[in-house]
Amino acid sequence: MSKIITSGGDEADFTKPLYVPIKRRSFFMYAGATAGATALLLSGCDDDDDVVSTPGTVNLGAGDVGVLNFAYALEQLEAAFYDRVKTSPASDFTSAEKDYFTQVAAHEAIHRDFFKAAINRDAPGKIIANLTPNFDSIDFTKRATVLAAARTFEDLGVQAYNGAGKYLKTPAYLVIAGQIVSVEARHAAYVRDLISNGSFADDSIVDPLTGLDKALEPVDVIAAAQGFIKEKLDASNVGK
Amino acid sequence: MNIFRIIEQLSEVDSDVLGRFDSRRAVFKTLGDTAKKGALAAAPVFVASLFQKAYGQTTAPSVIDVLNYALTLELLEEDFYTKMIAAGQVPTGAPAAAIALIKKHESAHVTLLTNTVKALNGTPVTGKKFDPAKFPADYTTQLAFAQALEDTGVRAYKGQAGNLMGKTAGSTNLLQVALQIHSVEARHAAHIRTMRAQAPWIPAADSNLPAPLGPVYTGAIPESNVTQSGVNLTSQLGATYSANDAAASFDEILTMAEVLDASRAGGLVV
Repeated sequence: MSKIITSGGDEADFTKPLYVPIKRRSFFMYAGATAGATALLLSGCDDDDDVVSTPGTVNLGAGDVGVLNFAYALEQLEAAFYDRVKTSPASDFTSAEKDYFTQVAAHEAIHRDFFKAAINRDAPGKIIANLTPNFDSIDFTKRATVLAAARTFEDLGVQAYNGAGKYLKTPAYLVIAGQIVSVEARHAAYVRDLISNGSFADDSIVDPLTGLDKALEPVDVIAAAQGFIKEKLDASNVGK
Repeated sequence: MNIFRIIEQLSEVDSDVLGRFDSRRAVFKTLGDTAKKGALAAAPVFVASLFQKAYGQTTAPSVIDVLNYALTLELLEEDFYTKMIAAGQVPTGAPAAAIALIKKHESAHVTLLTNTVKALNGTPVTGKKFDPAKFPADYTTQLAFAQALEDTGVRAYKGQAGNLMGKTAGSTNLLQVALQIHSVEARHAAHIRTMRAQAPWIPAADSNLPAPLGPVYTGAIPESNVTQSGVNLTSQLGATYSANDAAASFDEILTMAEVLDASRAGGLVV
């Protein structure tokens, strides 16, 4: 339990008198789907306007849109990686593995394109640019090195969503993140089993005493992913 | 106004919208009757009263309720794997090691959730068991039940995340803990699926399988769903994706009422 991070949220925000109006607002967004309601829902995301961007640095932003950009950055990375795996698979992949990685590539491309569509719709002008992957350290010709990289990306993805979920303020976005993270966990389990059958949730990744998967703070996730991205990413305001 | 569509979309935001109504059947029966009578003029009034009933008072489950619901599922899973190991039909080697690892995690989840409920001065549920009368005699069917339990668990945790937003026990963020259990259940589900020679993720066609599996993948939002947050993943992303890839790339929620329905986990627990 020692790894669990203290909540950044204010408990008072979730007391009962406020609870009903929040739910009503969410309802009107989905039932009415008016631009006005959408803008209202996102009004909590506007506090990143005065974030100063350093030249050459991609600032993911603050509030909910910061978390969405954070997820979008990671999905861009994963989608680019699997696109390479799919397009030029390692010579020692089996045909079943090629088929599965083609499916994983589609899942990650869908995640990427979904975030792009959702951010552009809900927070116009706040989406981060297309990132340039740097996969120089990965030997795409060999199954073992591709699997090792895939394991890194998938476990990191799970830890990223597990650590960032608490920063989301809009329930609908939390549900979306939850719907994606379990698919990332399925990918992680699959690639781990390809490396060593039975390692899908072994003690190196799931705490044997608590039965908990790992969670990482956004800045730590970005630090781990930075070596695979040419642009410098700044996650210091994500969720804030 | 398509009330079914509204309820479907609303359930994306509020996972327990259906639980807020008296019962799903009652709601849909009343809607059907209203339509039959052609009383369209009365429909807005009916819908308004429906949502007044659902949202007029705060009926969201308490944190203790959510944790006890999760604990019920973990107790069910723990007991199922205890029975599976005791039945002695799991092949030695990799299969036995995998089942033992999963059982270890479910026991850890039971302990963690029990202690958390106690720490919040609640009363943890106990004694929830897998119905012995439903326990399969053969290993192949045991694995199918394991898949049903794991994929249900994944959907169940997802359905409660919103009720844990901002909730803490001391310095522990309960939402994050739930997410950390949730992704482990997904790892289990993926491995069990591969033990059954299935894809680790959920293809669109799974909801057509016979029980115990098929009902697990149905619901107000079935696993075959390809629309997320109003975006159709097959036609509105600027690229072409198959319905199967679109469905598999997002897991869906189940509400508390759906999980506890007799066709799913509710039919397996005693």
